[in-house]
Amino acid sequence: MSSTAPIAEPGGGVGLSPRIFVQRIFAGKTGPVLTVLAALVILWYAGAVYLNAPQQIDRDRRAEIERSVTDFMGATWAQERPVLPAPHQVAAEIWKTTFAMNPTSKRSLVYHGWVTLSSTLTGFGIGVLLGIVLAVGIVYSRTLDRSLMPWIITSQTIPILAIAPMIVVVLGSLDVAPIFAKGTVSAYLAFFPVAVGMVKGLRSPDPMLLDLMRTYSASNWQTLVKLRLPSAMPFLFASLKVAIAISLVGAIVGELPTGARAGLGARLLAGSYYGQTVQIWSALLVAAFMAAILVTIVGFADRLVLKRMGIAE
Amino acid sequence: MSEQVTSQAAARPQMPASATGSVIAIEDLSLTFQTADGPVQALSGIDLAIRRGEFVSLIGPSGCGKTTLLRVIADLEQPTSGLISVNGETPDAARRDRSYGYVFQAAALYPWRTIASNIALPLEIMGLPKAERAKRVKRNMELVNLTGFERKFPWQLSGGMQQRASIARALAVEPDLLLMDEPFGALDEIVRDHLNEQLLQLWAKTNKTIVFVTHSIPEAVFLSTRIVVMSPRPGRIYDVIETGLPKDRGLDIRETPEFLALAHRVREGLRAGHSYED
Amino acid sequence: MNGAAADMATGSSTGPLTPARAPVLAYPAALLAFTAIPMPVATGGSIVAGSSLLAAALLLIIPALGIPRPPALRLVLVGAVTIAAFLLILANLSPVEGKASLGYWLLLASAGVMAVQMMRGLAHRAGSGSLRARLISLSVPVVFGLWLLILWECIVRGAGVPTVLLPPPSDIAVRFASSLDILWADFRQTFLKAVIAGYVMGCGSGFLVALLVDRVPFLRRGLLPVGNMVSALPIIGIAPIMVMWFGFDWPSKAAVVVVMTFFPMLVNTVSGLSAAGGMERDLMRTYAATHAQSLVKLRLPAALPFIFNALKINSTLALIGAIVAEFFGTPIVGMGFRISTEVGRMNIGMVWAEITVAAIAGSLFYGIVAMIERAFTFWHPSYRH
Repeated sequence: MSSTAPIAEPGGGVGLSPRIFVQRIFAGKTGPVLTVLAALVILWYAGAVYLNAPQQIDRDRRAEIERSVTDFMGATWAQERPVLPAPHQVAAEIWKTTFAMNPTSKRSLVYHGWVTLSSTLTGFGIGVLLGIVLAVGIVYSRTLDRSLMPWIITSQTIPILAIAPMIVVVLGSLDVAPIFAKGTVSAYLAFFPVAVGMVKGLRSPDPMLLDLMRTYSASNWQTLVKLRLPSAMPFLFASLKVAIAISLVGAIVGELPTGARAGLGARLLAGSYYGQTVQIWSALLVAAFMAAILVTIVGFADRLVLKRMGIAE
Repeated sequence: MSEQVTSQAAARPQMPASATGSVIAIEDLSLTFQTADGPVQALSGIDLAIRRGEFVSLIGPSGCGKTTLLRVIADLEQPTSGLISVNGETPDAARRDRSYGYVFQAAALYPWRTIASNIALPLEIMGLPKAERAKRVKRNMELVNLTGFERKFPWQLSGGMQQRASIARALAVEPDLLLMDEPFGALDEIVRDHLNEQLLQLWAKTNKTIVFVTHSIPEAVFLSTRIVVMSPRPGRIYDVIETGLPKDRGLDIRETPEFLALAHRVREGLRAGHSYED
Repeated sequence: MNGAAADMATGSSTGPLTPARAPVLAYPAALLAFTAIPMPVATGGSIVAGSSLLAAALLLIIPALGIPRPPALRLVLVGAVTIAAFLLILANLSPVEGKASLGYWLLLASAGVMAVQMMRGLAHRAGSGSLRARLISLSVPVVFGLWLLILWECIVRGAGVPTVLLPPPSDIAVRFASSLDILWADFRQTFLKAVIAGYVMGCGSGFLVALLVDRVPFLRRGLLPVGNMVSALPIIGIAPIMVMWFGFDWPSKAAVVVVMTFFPMLVNTVSGLSAAGGMERDLMRTYAATHAQSLVKLRLPAALPFIFNALKINSTLALIGAIVAEFFGTPIVGMGFRISTEVGRMNIGMVWAEITVAAIAGSLFYGIVAMIERAFTFWHPSYRH
């Protein structure tokens, strides 16, 4: 998008002084991104003071404590059940419930994270496979294209996530393992972007290239493998990024019905029942990390594959 | 991005000595681009003066800096050193006075506007009243033979018609100076011939000064009063040729010996300037 | 948009993909129907044997008549027989309920195969040229949807699937009609209050911040990657926090919607604002246009496709956000509240009725945004004809 970076860079590249190094970072994306993130953390701390202050004032008055401004700020960042926990409180909680705890414990976020991740990946795998197969069907069958494609597009406008709890409960009553029940939700959600993206991708080859395959009298299968699938790769990865993110959302929402006892969604729900804000925030941040890592992995695979295919540089 | 560039150009060039009497005066002008692979000298030691009413073509192979030179005149690029004046002012002031019209390689018409409102675009920006806008749109659409296509959208027109509309848009500003950057480069030869003839008639009728970038030798010879032959690495002027062809010439002049001699001289200039090396 | 693109894509490469024109599937359909004739349709139910005989006879008509011409007549005939067969099966469902035997399934399969044949015929005549071709292309998905509904009804009732698991569409329809007042109250609470308020505020603030970010290159470089990443995060998880901050009523749901819709709008608008071509920007510069002028006359119009893309994405996100946020606490009204409590009581019919409302609301919302988009970005290559 912004390819302005190299123009703003001064000089050649020899003899990197610290000043030029800093300039470089800020001319690129790293500096600005770090600045924005730092600003967010500062904003978070400020917000914690602002939101927790009424509670703190109330408490101090009852305990008849006089505090200095800095002391007061410190107190708002160290409450038991703050309205908004300070970043370091959340970080400490995450540390406590991940690294400093046996991963098999029911209170460990590693355990809950794994429960969510496993159903995310199960659903993602099934959904992606289904989406690709269906896309191939739609591209090769006019009947499917005409009858099914409009429904696939329409169904993207329907809040599918709303039926997640129902699917989980119904499948649960059928004695389906929770991982597959939640996986079904994830698969259902992941399937749509992949199907739509792949239909677009499989149709992306230039008509001239398709005609070329016809002059070779290539079979449908050969055209698919040699032309359509490779051309669809950029589209596939773009949809995979959406699909993995939405799979995770599906798994988390699938953990919301009261039956679920494990998973990040269950942690969120339990936290909200008992007013454990620190617990909510730590579950939320772990979910966010997980999403970021999953999307990064897909993005990495994307670059790797496209590079090997010679599409990306 | 454009805002940054303006603020950077603190050291405005002074007026060249020949600023008075010339529409465009350029003295010892150079421009170096900073790229990832190190500096690239796009223009080096350019000296050029263009008089009122001239039709000057800049010709040369790609990379010779002809488009860059035109963009410097239009204040779309800033020279690294040297002097330049447009209409006796700095290019920046000339641009702010809307003293030139610019025609790009592509029509660059806005697809969400009709042809008429595309032509009215610069007039809206200049803040002209509605009645005046309508008058100028009508007049200039007649001038490029587009009457009847006012309500059409650009994508409903052929490439040649689109480019004509973009010329009308440049003319609507009613500048004395027209800067054209390979305006017919993307069109087929038949359309190009036709538009060349029309452009020549337009120039004869309106007596404007035109600076025209091209890489076609016949086009340059046919249109120009003067041809500036440029050569690459670094971009510089190799030769300046006065054509002296009659003002009311038709396309068949291209068969005459005078025309062929001129074309030959341009081709020799391009060859000697090492334009055919690669 | 996708539809139009699809038309062109298939139009240029139909050659090897076109199905056979003859109603070939009529033969397996007839074969299935023929086998079904001597069998009872339900265990212990001979009453329906007569109608099954009729349906089977109907399904046999087509091949018996040979292949009539012109082809349009053939299609009408295939359609009429398919519809008649389905109507016969539907009309005689109640004695079959839960007791369907092989004969019933064969008959159903036969009718299903005929329906596929009908859709193939329709799909072949669909197109985007004449009004008739366009009407047909509209009818294909409609027929497909109806066929799915009928199949759902016949299978669920024939096999006696417990309603707790999957109620037949007729049950859902009855439920829907009988609880219109509750559904309306839920719709008003969730959609008219939380979704609309959150959507307007989220999209509006995303747009305004994008304009600001666009003016400051430093912010553009810093905020865009962050915004892109945030768009991929499970933002919905902030719902319990919002409920804690803004209370049980709709403002907390609107807050979730604001946060969910903000980032897609921000990211799309910022990229949209840089979508205008270099030549078009240079043009504005040769006119010595001010920042505001080139924003209004060039960059905002060029950004419209991106902005509408965000508006469409957000229309779905908003509904999801509001419904899911209600799972975390709400007054005793709202679509999400109804879904979660009725699931708890295993009252699945009501859940499906609520989902029907959500589906209709979601598609209408999206459809309206898409219609406005069409009117504003008629010039975009994806809409040109």
